[in-house]
Amino acid sequence: MPIIEVKDVVGGYGGAPILNGVNIAIEQSDIGVIVGPNGAGKSTTLKAIFGLLKITGGSVVFDGEEITNALPDRLVPRGLSFVPQEKNVFTTMSVEENLEMGAFIRRDDISGTLEEIYTMFPVLKEKRRQPAGELSGGQRQMVAMGRALMSKPKLLMLDEPSAGLSPRYVLEIFEHIVTVNKAGVGILMVEQNARQALAFASRGFVLAQGKNRFTGTGPELIADPEVAKSFLGG
Amino acid sequence: MSALAPLLKAYRAPILSVLVALMVVVLNLWMGTPFTVRLLAEATAYGLIALGLNIQFGYGGLFNFGVMGFVMLGGFASVFISFPRNEAFWVSDGPMLLGRALVAFLAGVLLVWGARKLPLTGLVRNVAIVLAWIVAYIAYRTQIDPAAAYIEATTGWVGGLGLYPVLGWLFGGLLAGVVAFFVGKIALGLRTDYLAIATIGISEIIRALIKNMDWLTRGTQTVSPVPWPTPLPQQLQAWGYTITDSFIYGRLAFLAMSGALLVIAFFLVHRAYRGPWGRMMRAIRDNFIASGSMGKNVKSRQVEIFVFGSALMGIGGAILVSFNQILDPSGYQPINHTFLIWVMVILGGAGNNLGVLLGALMIYIVFIVSDPVAQFVLLNLSGFTEQIGWGAIPEIDSRSLQMRVFVVGLVIWLTLRFAPRGLLPEVVRRDA
Amino acid sequence: MDELVFFINRGVISGLITGCVYALGGVGITLIFGTMRFAHFAHGDMMTMGAFISFLIAGALSAMGVVLPIPLAFAIMPISMALTAVAALGIERSFYAPLRDRGAKPVTMLIASIGVTLMIQGLIRLIFGSGTRDFFGGTEVKEIFRIPTTMFGGTRPIVLTEPQVLMFIATAIAVIGVHLFLSRSRLGKAMRAMADNADLAQVSGINTKMVITVTWLLGGALASMAGTMLSLDVNLRPDLAFNIILPIVAAAVVGGLGSAYGAIVGGLLIGFTEALAVFNWTAVLRPLQPYLPFDLPANLAVVPTEYKITVAFVILVVTLLVRPTGIFKGAST
Repeated sequence: MPIIEVKDVVGGYGGAPILNGVNIAIEQSDIGVIVGPNGAGKSTTLKAIFGLLKITGGSVVFDGEEITNALPDRLVPRGLSFVPQEKNVFTTMSVEENLEMGAFIRRDDISGTLEEIYTMFPVLKEKRRQPAGELSGGQRQMVAMGRALMSKPKLLMLDEPSAGLSPRYVLEIFEHIVTVNKAGVGILMVEQNARQALAFASRGFVLAQGKNRFTGTGPELIADPEVAKSFLGG
Repeated sequence: MSALAPLLKAYRAPILSVLVALMVVVLNLWMGTPFTVRLLAEATAYGLIALGLNIQFGYGGLFNFGVMGFVMLGGFASVFISFPRNEAFWVSDGPMLLGRALVAFLAGVLLVWGARKLPLTGLVRNVAIVLAWIVAYIAYRTQIDPAAAYIEATTGWVGGLGLYPVLGWLFGGLLAGVVAFFVGKIALGLRTDYLAIATIGISEIIRALIKNMDWLTRGTQTVSPVPWPTPLPQQLQAWGYTITDSFIYGRLAFLAMSGALLVIAFFLVHRAYRGPWGRMMRAIRDNFIASGSMGKNVKSRQVEIFVFGSALMGIGGAILVSFNQILDPSGYQPINHTFLIWVMVILGGAGNNLGVLLGALMIYIVFIVSDPVAQFVLLNLSGFTEQIGWGAIPEIDSRSLQMRVFVVGLVIWLTLRFAPRGLLPEVVRRDA
Repeated sequence: MDELVFFINRGVISGLITGCVYALGGVGITLIFGTMRFAHFAHGDMMTMGAFISFLIAGALSAMGVVLPIPLAFAIMPISMALTAVAALGIERSFYAPLRDRGAKPVTMLIASIGVTLMIQGLIRLIFGSGTRDFFGGTEVKEIFRIPTTMFGGTRPIVLTEPQVLMFIATAIAVIGVHLFLSRSRLGKAMRAMADNADLAQVSGINTKMVITVTWLLGGALASMAGTMLSLDVNLRPDLAFNIILPIVAAAVVGGLGSAYGAIVGGLLIGFTEALAVFNWTAVLRPLQPYLPFDLPANLAVVPTEYKITVAFVILVVTLLVRPTGIFKGAST
């Protein structure tokens, strides 16, 4: 059974819809990557799933339950987490407080999860008392991912995790994403670095004008000459 | 009902006008003609003030929570221009002392201006400017303090200039406009809520000044009787009118004068709104960021708006003082002279001049009438509590006056909740 | 030495007291701004409301013959704080929440808070009349402590009233309490998170409605405390609102909107500056008279007392022009 199933979703910010029938389905073991040109509705898809904008048609089913238009405070406890592209850390709060905020919905002991995050990102343990606003771009991205993982999600959604990072960090972040996935968390992410991201994607979705154009495994899509020509820059 | 809805919508303005006119007629039957004419005369002054706020908030989106300050400036101007001269002052040493204070003031301005123009940078520049401010302040205080003390001890106060009251009204507009220019220069770069709090501060400071500069305004001792531009009712009585008629015709004459000013202001404001100036203002208000590409121009446009609006407030404030014949600084309250105006504008429909005028008249009637209504209710309630043995309600008069405060607050909230764009919403013409 | 005592009595103590009141009010303003992004103009009247609630309870107890070693109003302050907190939440639920649910912008909330301030003001005056009242009008006596300074060569004592001493203690406790709440508790941290980045707080699954509720409860409780203490020190005035809102907002802005610590520092700063600005320096400078080239005037204050309000205003405007984010770099948007 897929962990998330997005069916013919239509939606937008009130005006003309930006999404005109998006279909996505991935298993918890998958890394799903959404690629496509600017304005295709990639980020909008993630926001629609997460209840941040209105879905006017279609449905979203997460872990066997319909969650269309549900708000984050209902989704996070069910095991869905989201890392926005920008402003994704609390800049005036320490690294550790950022992580604690990710676990806001949990009432049990979070120290174990905290240790897991520190093991995955040792640099964060070093800087745990430092305000997140003083960290470098790559480290902030780690804080953001760590925060989202603190709620022990089944599916982690990331909006362009590599945006604005130097190539060295891009690779590092992708490696971390694979690690998280191996630990049993499904991944659904939007990426601009399409070729790089599809290379390790088990499911790939190419969107254009708010609709699916191609769907397949990452390597399949890279091998598809039409996809390569129109969306991966030849 | 549903068939009526579009009709109601299309004829909103005439329907509202008729309603307000009905209110006036009912009021006339209930309270008598002298009262109604008096209320209308005051309402024209409030109408001018509301138009001023409509320019600032409705056209420009500026949050002026300091309307009272500009109204007070107008009131002072009215007294200063029209009150009879205090000859004792002019033959005393007062003018000379004040002249010295003025020189010290100008020298201070020059000093601060000079410090800003010095070819310095960074910390040194800031220190120089602060020092200049301090020196200027001390210099001014050493001159004005003895001058004020002398005048208050010998001739009481400066007195007026004894000129025609309408000149005082216009001077009120000028004074408020000049002050608004400097306030705007400093405060208009601020964000909405900061501008709101800054203007509250300015109006409280103006109130403190007018209340305490006894040598200039007589402060809490109040000035009266301030002359009218038209014959006073007492004058009419001397000419043989009955008492009732003298009040009706005397006040009508005043109303004709202030009303004429209101009509002129209304048409000028209305034309400006429809012209290129108004279009630009709306562009700035609705799309601050996009029009930000016009650069510094935005701020100077906003200063313009602020100055024009405040000038109208000054004129309105001057008319109020003229009509009531008294300048009483303690009588100015943010509720009566700032937030009452806000209710008029947001209920009438910010950006819609006709709506704002109707709103002004309507709210002023409600404001005035809520006092006797509350008295009536409290008196009955008091009778009831007496009957059941709780004793009568004390101080009904002053308490029911407070009912106004509550009503104004409630109307603000109800408007925001149920008619956020006002009774006559702004009509945006796409005629560019 | 006596000059120093005079300075302490008239300058330092008075600055500290107003500073405490501004700080407590400012924390409320700054927290409300942090979570809801609007300047809550009704906060001054919330303080007045809290003071009147204290006054009512204390008056009722006093009429029942209750006598305590500390002023009654102080003893019952926790009750009054709880009641005012509930009232604040009631105001939020009935007036602010409906507007927010309809998607009202912060600017609309600002005007709404003016409406609320007028309603509270009207009701208070309707019920209590518009006269000034004194907590110590009845049987209670304001106890006065005189700390002798003879050992330091002074002839006059340092004078402190009992409410003043209690006020310092209570403010210190409140400040420490707020600090612990914001830095240790889960909800307090969530409040800071929301002030920092409301969207991300929502995305993290933080229950923003609960945070808003707690913000109003806390703001209301602190407002009651500030209002009660202010009226214990001076007297109970129903027309405080627009005079006190300016220094309180100034305290919050100077400290950096959204930062509770900033508001405390800002409040004390403005309190002290006000007290020192209207302080009569002649009394302190008199021993230097023989060395001065001019006669000291009878009253040498930087700003005459009537213009006290200009002090907070000038500090506010200068802060906004020079460093709009405030001392502690609060939210600038």
